[in-house]
Amino acid sequence: MAFLEISSLQKDFGSARVVTDFDLAVAQGEFVSFLGPSGCGKTTVLRMVAGFETPTSGTIHIDGQDVVSFKPNQRNIGMVFQSYALFPNLTVAQNVAFGLRVAGRPKAEIQATVREMLALIKLEALGARYPFQLSGGQQQRVALARALAVKPKVLLLDEPLSALDAKIRVSLREEIRAIQQQLGITTIFVTHDQEEALSISDRIVVMHNGRADQVGTPFEIYNHPATRFVASFVGSINVLNGILLEPERGIVALLGDVQVHLGRPLAGRQNDEVTLALRPESVTLGGNGGGVQLKGQVESVNFLGSVIRLSVRVGGNLMLLDGFNQPSSPPPKVGETVQVSFGAEDLMVPGE
Amino acid sequence: MSSKSGLSWLGIVPFLLFALLFLLLPTMNIVVGAFRNQAGAFTLENITNLFQPSILSAYWISIRISVASALLGCLIGFAMAAAMVLGGVPGWVRGPLLTFSGVASNFAGVPLAFAFLATLGRLGLVTVLLREWLGVNIYAWGFNILSFWGLTLTYLFFQIPLMILIITPALDGLRREWKEAASILGASNAQYWYLVALPILWPSLLGTFALLFANAFGAVATAYALTGSSLSIVPIMLFAQIRGDVLQDPHLGYAMAFGMIVITGVANLIYIGMRMRSERWMR
Amino acid sequence: MRGRRLWAWLALILGMIYFALPLIGTLEFSLRMRRGEYSLDAYRVILSDPHFHATFGFSVLMALGTIVLGVLLVVPTAYWVRLRLPRWRPVIEFLTLLPLVIPPIVVVFGYIRLYNTSSWLPLTGSVGGTNLLLLFGYTVLALPYMYRAVDTGLRSLDVATLTEAAQSLGAGWITILWRVILPNVLVAILSGAFLTFAIVIGEFVLAALLNRPAFGPFMQLIGANRAYEPAALAVIAFAITWLCMGLIQLVTRFQKHTQIRQR
Repeated sequence: MAFLEISSLQKDFGSARVVTDFDLAVAQGEFVSFLGPSGCGKTTVLRMVAGFETPTSGTIHIDGQDVVSFKPNQRNIGMVFQSYALFPNLTVAQNVAFGLRVAGRPKAEIQATVREMLALIKLEALGARYPFQLSGGQQQRVALARALAVKPKVLLLDEPLSALDAKIRVSLREEIRAIQQQLGITTIFVTHDQEEALSISDRIVVMHNGRADQVGTPFEIYNHPATRFVASFVGSINVLNGILLEPERGIVALLGDVQVHLGRPLAGRQNDEVTLALRPESVTLGGNGGGVQLKGQVESVNFLGSVIRLSVRVGGNLMLLDGFNQPSSPPPKVGETVQVSFGAEDLMVPGE
Repeated sequence: MSSKSGLSWLGIVPFLLFALLFLLLPTMNIVVGAFRNQAGAFTLENITNLFQPSILSAYWISIRISVASALLGCLIGFAMAAAMVLGGVPGWVRGPLLTFSGVASNFAGVPLAFAFLATLGRLGLVTVLLREWLGVNIYAWGFNILSFWGLTLTYLFFQIPLMILIITPALDGLRREWKEAASILGASNAQYWYLVALPILWPSLLGTFALLFANAFGAVATAYALTGSSLSIVPIMLFAQIRGDVLQDPHLGYAMAFGMIVITGVANLIYIGMRMRSERWMR
Repeated sequence: MRGRRLWAWLALILGMIYFALPLIGTLEFSLRMRRGEYSLDAYRVILSDPHFHATFGFSVLMALGTIVLGVLLVVPTAYWVRLRLPRWRPVIEFLTLLPLVIPPIVVVFGYIRLYNTSSWLPLTGSVGGTNLLLLFGYTVLALPYMYRAVDTGLRSLDVATLTEAAQSLGAGWITILWRVILPNVLVAILSGAFLTFAIVIGEFVLAALLNRPAFGPFMQLIGANRAYEPAALAVIAFAITWLCMGLIQLVTRFQKHTQIRQR
């Protein structure tokens, strides 16, 4: 049995089912993200693991023990909240010491652990401050230290970075990942930000309408989306509708008359409609991108820094394409007619 | 704008003048009068004259009634507000309870005394019903509406709602995450209240206590309408003194009034001190 | 969870019983004037008493006067402090909270000593002067409620920007206060006004010690001399208080309504 095992989890609020048939096995020391839009049930699953919500049915095992009947304060879990949830009446050190204090640990041990934890988050000097005297990023690090101080079996992070500025968000997520790996603690991280999930997770669970659409490594999730939802929610995507011409040889007609050879058999019958997906970075400006060559008109040019994103109207479809910024070759202008190309092997078939 | 700012304080002169003439000067007049004799010379005699048994006992019973009604008002009001905010009762309870609290906290004075006389007086509804249905004669047991407990019970009618009105926003301010964070860190419900919730609420609780105390301590109308002058509490003694010079020494009246200011003032100083202490961790 | 809800209901129900009993008791008592049956005799006696009309009318006038004076005093001051004198805020707030600390009986005692017939400003020497003094006293009592209501109302406005916008359109100070600030804090003022009305209408100590024929002393007099009429008076007073609070609820709800519409 895995270290954290969730099976057939279900949750109803009144007549609304918010979590359906949720299964997940997390290995010890693994970092798993729950990714999905708000209302997809990811926070509800997390709160059931924490014990704040009781599952309608299903089991949650931690370290071999079914914890569903346990109260939150009996589960030995650490949790970090979106709003920090530091106790405003306690100093930083007292906040970090809280879990040990209520457990009745000896003073010396508490002091040593607090020192250790403050060193871990690099805030040794701020132990005597009150939460309101800290920045948001500092507060969230204290919240992390407070959660870790009790040496929990599992660490739950509920959108811990959502309330922070963009810059701090990136640096703190790297710090969280580093601390997690250093301690080897089993972690669940809830977020609606796909970039965040892709960058720090061992595995990602993409959730949609109370179900886990796909569980996989960031690489799998991004490059082999299991459903159309995963394909569109994780990263930007071009969705192309086509007609299946020859299923066994993988030939599809795109944009009316462009024949594309995927080079692998596809499920379905002749003349079925198929949905194909294509990452913007798989499309190249000019004719060197691969076997599929198209012409279109530039509709917009967005300069994003290292990347330039064009949207080009091809036939009736709008196609996004990303290219790296090169100082020597400025991007085309809006209204210009350009050639774009991509390799047929880069086309994804969601669910394949 | 800066060219005008030198004179912009003129805008609050009417208010300051009003406050000076009808709040500060009259109060100062009393305070100064407490330290003067008939001839206008400085003396501590008025103050020392306060320390006679009848006046001391009046202060003592006033303080006891004020403390008791403020304490009970805080406890019961807190229990009701907590039940409403945290007790998981349906949401429709809230609106009517808060509206009613607004009404009851302002329903003080003479009519409140009538209401309690009609309820717990010798012929009051509750007195009669208890006697007829249960055979319990509360007056035979020593209860009297014109007593310490009678007055305290009556004051609670505006003290409890006042507490509910003031403490509800504070209870609303307790974030759910604090409770959750505490419990996931292993704290029991009691530990959460002792270590987090009560310390956070403490300034509000204490401030409300000070306010309720002053509220009861200065109340004249309810007590006067309820007991006439049969119960010697300070405001009633002072009232009688102002009306008819029962004490035969107007300067003793000043001293009594001064004593009232000192007591409510001290109550509020304690409150301000506690609030500043609490604001260490408050924005 | 279930246990907690049980305790919550218990606390609320016990509290409600405590609050309901005096009201029921008073109502029942007020109907008992005729022996052996319930009747409205007590109300009839009270409502036909000319003193009731005289004192009630006097107190209503006093309450209205207090509201007007309170608004004239508080609105410009609160506005000006927010706009130009933020450093004076603690001072003004302290002054407005003082009436909660200094017992009213002490304040009126001071009035009697300070403004008696032999003083530099002999307000108590004439009926008009005494009425004025009573009005000032009520305004002092209403100050904490009035100021808080108006200041809270102003807080939700961007006073500085509104003022600058009005000035840039050529408005003078009177116009700004009357046409811009006042309508925007009207709900706050009305809330404060109804509360003031509820406080002033039955006030006893000030009126009794300044010897003015107000509703409060009248009620006390009835209470000292009659049996059933006081209960009827208490019911009437409670109804007035309830009406005032109901009106506050009503105007606040109206404000929420218009705010939503504005968005």
